[in-house]
Amino acid sequence: MKKERKVDAIKNGTVIDHIPAGKAFKVIEILKIKNTDMISLGMNLPSSKYGSKDILKVENWELSHNEVNKITLVAPGATLSIIREFEISEKYNVKLPPEVSGLIGCPNKKCITNEVESISRFYVESDDGKKMRCHYCERLYPAESLNIG
Amino acid sequence: MKNVISIRDLSREEILHLLDQGEKIEKGELKPDHSETVMSIVFFESSTRTRFSFETAMKRMNGKVITMSGTKGTSVDKGESLGDTLKTVANYSDIMVVRSGLEGTQRYASEIIPIPVINAGDGSNQHPTQCLLDLYSIRKTQGKLDNLSIAVVGDLRYGRAVHSLVYGLSHFSPKLHLISPDFLKIPEYIKTDLEDKNIEIHEGSDLSEVINKVDIMYVTRIQKERFSDLDAYERVKNCYVVSKSMFGDVKPNFKLLHPLPRVDEISTDVDDTKHAYYFQQAKNGVYIRQAIISELLGGSK
Repeated sequence: MKKERKVDAIKNGTVIDHIPAGKAFKVIEILKIKNTDMISLGMNLPSSKYGSKDILKVENWELSHNEVNKITLVAPGATLSIIREFEISEKYNVKLPPEVSGLIGCPNKKCITNEVESISRFYVESDDGKKMRCHYCERLYPAESLNIG
Repeated sequence: MKNVISIRDLSREEILHLLDQGEKIEKGELKPDHSETVMSIVFFESSTRTRFSFETAMKRMNGKVITMSGTKGTSVDKGESLGDTLKTVANYSDIMVVRSGLEGTQRYASEIIPIPVINAGDGSNQHPTQCLLDLYSIRKTQGKLDNLSIAVVGDLRYGRAVHSLVYGLSHFSPKLHLISPDFLKIPEYIKTDLEDKNIEIHEGSDLSEVINKVDIMYVTRIQKERFSDLDAYERVKNCYVVSKSMFGDVKPNFKLLHPLPRVDEISTDVDDTKHAYYFQQAKNGVYIRQAIISELLGGSK
């Protein structure tokens, strides 16, 4: 039986699949997708892996490594496919990098990063993102409590 | 070792090396000389002991010291950025000691200036040189550092000396009794770190339950300056007072430590007992800081 496609295929661009259900808007926000960008969005779709998931297809845009890092913080199980001429040219599971620079605001108001703009570095101390340590004030935070973007 | 920013950066071996160097300096076996060297002390927060002991440490090694204590009358008051202040003072000195209320200031400093940086306290985060002198004092009074039973009492939430101490001790398999009012319990992230290192921790609020079991009791001041809510401070400020009358059944090797300044948490009647060690502890700070400065300036000679 042909698999039913809930979201249309794209010619060139990026497909982000297996976004946790309800997190697609956060991904859009993090990627700073403008309202002029052509996107297809599916939310709360059935997923054999997660029960339900969101999927986002961005036309004519191949995500850079830095952008992938940002997504991982809110959608750690997401998969990314780079599409060229309707074919998947690259596919990988996103994974938290050992450290994330410049993307995260430290929630600690006494942290130097809130005084000196443009410095921010977090170490990823657990693959599930539960332990993110600020390089400067050394505190641990779960990824979901961090101001990302 | 290029900087001393956080005790978390130091290995057990590095810690023991610094303690050994401090001991040699105290015994007169090592006499470092830094006569051609200028140390800058850049303190954005007040200090007595730490500043004096750094100055004394440097002067004992024939070095020179320039000091900025508080921001009054400096370009910081005129609106100069922190980064610019640090870079400017770095031009005038060979090693810099920094204290700041902003956590991570010294890490940032070490990334923007070319000379070694020593953290003399950053907010509620770290106070690594205090930790090293505390470990030095513990080893000196107990003859060892491994497998000791240690109570840490008072402000475990905001106390940077406490935060550094428990990380420092985590290399030496301690049994830790963390005694504080509920409101001032040790931060969860530090507890998580200790648990990840399999450190035995007992949390409680009654120091009389542990005083007879421990080798070391490390008492800290409830720090008024860290409270934004003064009512909360009033509720907890006198929650622990250690007095001589509590020493009836303590272990013979029991020592009482305190990073100082104390307010009311240790009665003055304790000062003359064999268990009081806090003034000697402060004195040990000079030897250990001589060892740290020498190490960062290229090894003790």
